[in-house]
Order: sequence, then C-alpha cells, then structure tokens
Amino acid sequence: MGNRTPIYNEHLAAGGKMVDFAGWEMPIHYGSQLNEHHQVRRAVGMFDVSHMTVIDLSGSQVKAFLQYLLANNVDRLKDSGKALYSCMLQPDGGIIDDLIVYCLNPDWYRMVVNAGTSEKDLTWINEQAGAFDVNIKERADLAMIAVQGPEAIDRLCQVLPDCEPVRALKPFFATELDNLFIARTGYTGEDGVEVIVPNDRAASLWSELREAGVAPIGLGARDTLRLEAGMNLYGTDMDESVTPLESGLGWTVAWEPQERDFIGRKVLEQQRKDGVKHKLVGLVLKDRGVLRGHQKVLVGDAGEGEITSGTFSPTLGHAVAFARIPSCEQDHAEVEIRKKHVAVEIVKPPFVRNGKSCL
Amino acid sequence: MSEIPSDLKYTSSHEWVRIESDGSVTVGISDHAQDLLGDLVYVEAPEQGTEVQAKEACAVVESVKAASDIYSPIDGEVLEGNETLADTPEIINNDPYGEGWIMRIQPAEEADMSSLMDAEAYEALVASETH
Repeated sequence: MGNRTPIYNEHLAAGGKMVDFAGWEMPIHYGSQLNEHHQVRRAVGMFDVSHMTVIDLSGSQVKAFLQYLLANNVDRLKDSGKALYSCMLQPDGGIIDDLIVYCLNPDWYRMVVNAGTSEKDLTWINEQAGAFDVNIKERADLAMIAVQGPEAIDRLCQVLPDCEPVRALKPFFATELDNLFIARTGYTGEDGVEVIVPNDRAASLWSELREAGVAPIGLGARDTLRLEAGMNLYGTDMDESVTPLESGLGWTVAWEPQERDFIGRKVLEQQRKDGVKHKLVGLVLKDRGVLRGHQKVLVGDAGEGEITSGTFSPTLGHAVAFARIPSCEQDHAEVEIRKKHVAVEIVKPPFVRNGKSCL
Repeated sequence: MSEIPSDLKYTSSHEWVRIESDGSVTVGISDHAQDLLGDLVYVEAPEQGTEVQAKEACAVVESVKAASDIYSPIDGEVLEGNETLADTPEIINNDPYGEGWIMRIQPAEEADMSSLMDAEAYEALVASETH
C-alpha cells in the first residue's frame, strides 16, 4: 500500500480513480480527465498536491546557503512572501530537481519540491549544508491544495473569513493567513493559488472548497494543463542527465552577480560559451494523431531528437509536445508515429495561457 | 461494473465481436476497455480492403492518457472502418457496443471463431484483471 494524503477518503468519496504516483495513492481522475481539464480552464478546480514535500530552511546563513545551492538567486526575493522558481543542480550541471522557494523573512525560507525526488533532495540538501549555519526541516505535518482557474480567488474567498490579503497577492507572492500559507502560484497556466495547510485541517478545507463549487481534479488533467502551459515535468522533460540550458530553463539561471558560486555554475558557464548541442522546444501537430513521449523527431540535416512529453491538447483540439532536439534554426520537423512520418511545427512554449491559445 | 452483453463474443485483448447474419463480423472495444482508456481523442480505423490476421494490430485508439492497439479477432478482409470516429472518437466512450464500433471484417474461409470467448468467460477475465 502506498502513502495516503489526509484527503484520501475525500478522493474515494468523490469517485476518484486511485493510482500509484511516486509511492502515493493519488487520484488520476474522477470520471473524465477531459472534463476536468476544461473545468480548470473555464471555471475552477482543485488538486490534492499533498504528496509534494515542503521543506523549511532557517538559520543565520540560510540565504548564503540557498545562493550556493540553487541556480536561481534568492537575493531576488527582496519582498517578504516573494517566490522564485529554480533548479537545484549537480556539480556537472545535471538537474537534481526543480522547485519553488519562498522567502518569508530574511531567516526563514520555504521550499516545495517534487514527491518522486524528495528523499534524494533532502539527502543532497543536508550534505551541502555542512559548513553553513542552517536548519533544514521537512514539514510532513503539512498538506497542500492547489486551487486553479479563472474563478479560483473568488471561490477560495468564500471559505476564508478575511480574503483581502489573498486578493492583494500578486502572482508569485505568498502570505500567511489564519494558519494557512497561501501562494499565488500554480502548475496550470491559470490564475490561482496553492494553499499549504496543516494535515489535520486539509480534509475540512477540501470539503469547504467543494461546497463553494470547486471541482476536484486528478493528476491526469494536471499533466495536460501543465503541458499546455509550457511547464516542464521533472523526470520526464528533464533529469540529472541534462542541464537547465538544455531544458528550456536558461531563464531560471541567475548569471549575475558573477561572483556568486552556485553548484553547477562552471559547467553552465562553459556550455553557455560553447553553445548547447540540444534544446527543449514545443511541437504542434495540427493534423490528426497524438504526440507521445519517446517518439522520434526528425529535424532535417540537424539530426534527430525525441519527444519528452506529448499529449492531445483538450484546449486546442490537437496534439502538442515538448521535444529535445539538436540546436538548430528550423521551424518545422517530422515525428515518427507508428512508422509514419507526420509534419509538425516547432514553437516556443507555452501553448495556452489563461484559457487562450498562444499559437 | 462494466457492461458485457451476452450476445457478443470477446477476445483476451478486450475487443468485442458480433457475428452478423450475412457472415461478416463487427468489431469494437468493450465497455471495460473504454473505461480503462478514459476519454478517447483519436481513432485510426483500418481502410477497406486491408487484409488482417487474427491477433494482428490493425487499428489504434488513443485516449488523453495512452495509445492502444486494436487487434483483429480473426483472419479476413476489412469491409469498412467506422469513419465517423475520426471526428468524434468519444462515441466509443458513450456507446462502445453500438455507434462506437470500429470495423467490419469479412472472415476468411478458414477463419477460426472457436477461440473467441463468450460473455461469461470474458466477465471472468475482467474480474481477474481488476483484482
């Protein structure tokens, strides 16, 4: 039996089809993945993301430590509650995980990392922390609910006594309210929040949100929503064998100030100078057919690449994908689907933002 | 519980087979199979005249989640693929044994129907796979 979140019984009651996800029993859908996808784009839905790991870091050298640990620079977090997306790298530049880090105050940072990598992450973080005065604490006592969609803030506000601080939150900012940690972040390309809630309050908050009209959404729709939104999935679109520069995440690497010596910097500097051999791009198939992970991509004289994740896009009505291909200037390619070659366009993700096509 | 009509035959790869009065057979996927796949978004039905062999992949259905091959239950020749599925693949989810049929096959003379399961045997198979 896998791990269960505090909301497990609510998933069963709502007809959730439970599957194993990184050792957790999670709902893949509650009947129709397609309807759930549209529900988030058009109105509002919520995801149980309690399987993700919350790590609190504190201590007098916490900032210096994070500036060493992460490829993005936490010095950018000048305002309280500000969030930053970053990769955590090996010395060779390979991606250990991608994560969000929040700065609550100068001595307290909060990180949210992936479920499948949390053990590896914690081991790595503790190893690197050796010389720094920093406390690292996994918060297994906390659950997390993501409320996403154009109506997310309005629905959330129906269940909170005072919602003004939430309405005032700018994207990528977080605040503490009534023992909840509420961040205007997400993994869908829609407006919304991620709410970190004590385990013993998670199921009741979930039920209150349902009564306020927020539909439960499974991990299946979470995947199609994030792909449309142009967001990478760790372990699928990137892993320890590739760097951020080969994963469409060059924008998350803080090169300035030059004297900041973060783990992996030397290799990234060299790669930046020499140019990367591969890049992560978006593919669009307007004809019939579905792009899938591991299908071969033929990019003319530039060579071959591979789809890292692909799906039918419910919002667009045709298939989209991420692919890692040789660096080139081409804007079209062919994908091999069951031994047939189909023409695709090469684009820069995202494919969909705030319910609308970016193509 | 998924629906398993008693007047149809079934394969271990979850196709259903209806033997028509003119000797042709109609093939689709079972209610259990469409439920496992989830929302279908793409169907590639075989073209008329395609020679097919028993247990040979001859059509593809894809849901948001995954692609799945459809196998011919018998040797024969494709009389017709269900072309309406190209634009409305979700018919298979809504009506797997009716409008959601995938192909019609004219069995070869030596075609062997004896290995097809009846509803009872198929129900046992579904039960064994879901436990």
